[in-house]
Amino acid sequence: MLPQPAANADILARRDDIVAGLRALLPDDAVIAEPLRLKPYETDGLAAYRQVPLAVVLPSTTEEVAAIMAFCHAEGVRVVPRGAGTSLSGGALPMADSVVVGLMRMNRILDIDYADRCAVVQAGVTNIGITQAVAEQGFFYAPDPSSQLACMIGGNVNMNSGGAHCLRYGVTANNLLGLKVVTVEGEILDIGGAHLDAAGYDWLGLLTGSEGQLAVVTEVTVRILRGPEGARAMLAAFRSNEVAGACVDSIIASGIIPVALEFMDRPAIHACEAFAKAGYPLDAEAMLIIEVEGSVAEQDFLLDQIKAICARHDPISLKVSQSAEESAAIWKGRKGAFGAVGRISPDYMCMDGTIPTSQLPHVLRRIGEMSASYGLQVANIFHAGDGNLHPLIMFDANDPASFAKAEKFGAEILTLCVEVGGCLTGEHGVGVEKRDLMHVQFSEVELDQQRRVKSAFDPGWLLNANKVFPLKGLAAE
Amino acid sequence: MSDALAPSDEAGIVEAIRAAHDAGEPLAVAGRGSKAGLLRPVQAARGLSAANLTGITLYSPSELIISARAGTTLAELEAAVAAKGQHIIAEPPDFTGLFDRVQPQTIGGMVAANLSGPRRVAWGAMRDHVMGIRAVNGAGEVIRSGGRVLKNVTGLDLCKLFAGSYGTLGVLTEVTLKVLPAAAQRATLVLRGLDPTRAVAALAAALGSPYAVSGAAYLPAALAGFVPGVGAGPVALARLEDFAPSVAYRSERLRADLAPFGAAMVLNDIASRTAWAAIRDCAPFAGMQGAIWRVSVRPSRGPGVAAALERGFGAAWFLDWGGGLVWAAGPATAEAHAVVVAAAGDAGGTFTLFRAPETLRAVVDVVPPEPAPLARISRRVKDAFDPRGILNPGRIVR
Ligand SMILES: Cc1cc2nc3c(=O)[nH]c(=O)nc-3n(C[C@H](O)[C@H](O)[C@H](O)COP(=O)(O)OP(=O)(O)OC[C@H]3O[C@@H](n4cnc5c(N)ncnc54)[C@H](O)[C@@H]3O)c2cc1C
Repeated sequence: MLPQPAANADILARRDDIVAGLRALLPDDAVIAEPLRLKPYETDGLAAYRQVPLAVVLPSTTEEVAAIMAFCHAEGVRVVPRGAGTSLSGGALPMADSVVVGLMRMNRILDIDYADRCAVVQAGVTNIGITQAVAEQGFFYAPDPSSQLACMIGGNVNMNSGGAHCLRYGVTANNLLGLKVVTVEGEILDIGGAHLDAAGYDWLGLLTGSEGQLAVVTEVTVRILRGPEGARAMLAAFRSNEVAGACVDSIIASGIIPVALEFMDRPAIHACEAFAKAGYPLDAEAMLIIEVEGSVAEQDFLLDQIKAICARHDPISLKVSQSAEESAAIWKGRKGAFGAVGRISPDYMCMDGTIPTSQLPHVLRRIGEMSASYGLQVANIFHAGDGNLHPLIMFDANDPASFAKAEKFGAEILTLCVEVGGCLTGEHGVGVEKRDLMHVQFSEVELDQQRRVKSAFDPGWLLNANKVFPLKGLAAE
Repeated sequence: MSDALAPSDEAGIVEAIRAAHDAGEPLAVAGRGSKAGLLRPVQAARGLSAANLTGITLYSPSELIISARAGTTLAELEAAVAAKGQHIIAEPPDFTGLFDRVQPQTIGGMVAANLSGPRRVAWGAMRDHVMGIRAVNGAGEVIRSGGRVLKNVTGLDLCKLFAGSYGTLGVLTEVTLKVLPAAAQRATLVLRGLDPTRAVAALAAALGSPYAVSGAAYLPAALAGFVPGVGAGPVALARLEDFAPSVAYRSERLRADLAPFGAAMVLNDIASRTAWAAIRDCAPFAGMQGAIWRVSVRPSRGPGVAAALERGFGAAWFLDWGGGLVWAAGPATAEAHAVVVAAAGDAGGTFTLFRAPETLRAVVDVVPPEPAPLARISRRVKDAFDPRGILNPGRIVR
């Protein structure tokens, strides 16, 4: 378990006054301070870490957020912004002396403009909610994290979340036009707008993926895109991870960029098939889900070429989906992968490193060796086109020794990712989980540079202060 | 700036910046200086150039990644990726024609200026494809951000902050870009005779179609000659880039979809390349005297901005990015500039005084000033990289 910074005793002692101060700013039902009602906010998608906050506030407007921030700033109280709390890196984990600012009540879609292809939504709108709002006109919001039913756009912005289709459509950062944010001092800023490429420094780019370290996002202007005429998936099954990896290289080298290119190893195939009954090949060592878009004829054109490339890699089977239902079943298995692994193991930890795709066979071999030496099973899911690897480490949270081993195993995998030229996190963020691994990727000079940028926005380190940066100056408990 | 330092490696850049830092002496940072005419002039005793840091350091086509030292010319990079059938996604423009410079552009300069071509409207800006940087900050420290993989959210994204920072935060020494396969073929649908508002509505229909339109521009009658073979009168252009059968199919479908706006003619691959290169490089203004502005607004507001500039000072103009990018040329006067500032503000957008004599760009805001709370943060961020304010002081803001 990573140590957390010690709570500020002075703040804890002033708890009642702070809560009263917040109540003076907000409607009654927007301030939570009763222990039982604080409980649901004690953790996020990284459930091993838990900490009940000082209080939770649920603002409904940007002005309320500004009032909260100004108050907390004046009182020297730490703030942890929170969306749906699905972070897998502990990004939304509270601190004992912090106020959690939950954005879930800010769930309105403010404007949809099809001619200018953008929408303005509040931070608490769910990812899928945006697509649902524009679907009737055939549009969609492109980044599609597997958690899209629950996670919120404010969280997506702060994690720069990706999805299975980001090989073609980019991650969150590539699909944003503007933000409304509240600074730590409680000032409201408009960044960007409905236009492209604001002149001056790219604040929009810096704020995206900043994990709640720089400001609180209250509104987001997203690009919306017209959907393709159609899409079709195929499954390709191979005898080894090496061969499947080589096939991915051949597809991309041929000049075809499928809209999605997902890789699963044997344990992942078995877990997902048991869950989704999608017809995944149980005799394969590795499987690819490959999706293309366009008219039926265009899909055929691309799939024929992809099939020919796959055929050169001695596949066990190639199966092109014959219907929308079959495609949906194929994706149900992939998008439900985490839940599927959750059914075969009491607990799992989802890693999120990125590697140069050419390193896949080597990295999977090493992970296999680590799995044997730690005595913990692992299933690997991989956004193969862009090198983002999700090893799911299975363990038993009721057994502290098992948890400790899983954490160590995970750290060893991520260190390997950096060693082969990749990075600690491709889309889940550093959060608490990878905070102390940042040294593996960055020099102290580089970390200090990033810390100074944080300080420029948040001189007193009140925003989400226990995350991202290895603790320094903050005394560990 | 005859007294320009041009070290041959990163260590040399570090040394030069440390010395300047210790002495508190400003440096004018550049690649080969092809963009010295952009934004504000820098008052500095010395120049520091990354032009001699050259060479592609990594190219892995199947991983869609290329890295090069900052002084590598864009031409070298483009040739390398073209040899593998790939391209630089944001379609970087070549503005040397606007600035009477013979110096080729460097990749460091391209990233530091975050300049993107017509494909930006569909595929993102230069900054969207910067996967990694190495840079030397104003204290002479080497910092890296990002890396050489396509998905990376580890730590704050300084790649994006550096893209468009015009050498004010650090000197880029190496950049890593995402690349993609270049389309096998392109075609352009041309609608003739539409007024600007109707044309932008047609472009919105094209960009809002399922056919992945990758360029959408409008040239008024006076500039239509830059598009081969379309005759007189204004033209609205929508580009398709894809595999040959897709381009054929999509051209037909899009033509049908756009029928309410008139009967589109279709430009073939070669004519398309010519037309879009001219739009990308702002060729219509290459021979013109005076100032040039870029105004970025929501696309539907483009025609209104263009009309305001035409009324205000007889601007020559054309539209890219579906109407969202207004290129305008006119007299290099404070009065004309004020018209641009007002029109961009009214439309809720942003402007850049892109080219002007020093006498003008030294005395006006070349980009919109930031509101006070943001300007405060902005100054602190600048300090965080460049504590003594020696890197390109005054380049972006007065
Ligand atoms: C089953 C499952 C599948 C997942 N699949 C994917 C996937 O495919 N791709 C992917 O990228 N991620 C995935 N995730 C991770 C997670 O869903 C994303 O990180 C998501 O963007 C988090 O959104 P959220 O609303 O839950 O944010 P939270 O978890 O509440 O917060 C995330 C971070 O953002 C900050 N934050 C939240 N809202 C704001 C705001 N308005 N202003 C400032 N800071 C804010 C928080 O402080 C925290 O640091 C998955 C998670 C689960 C549980």
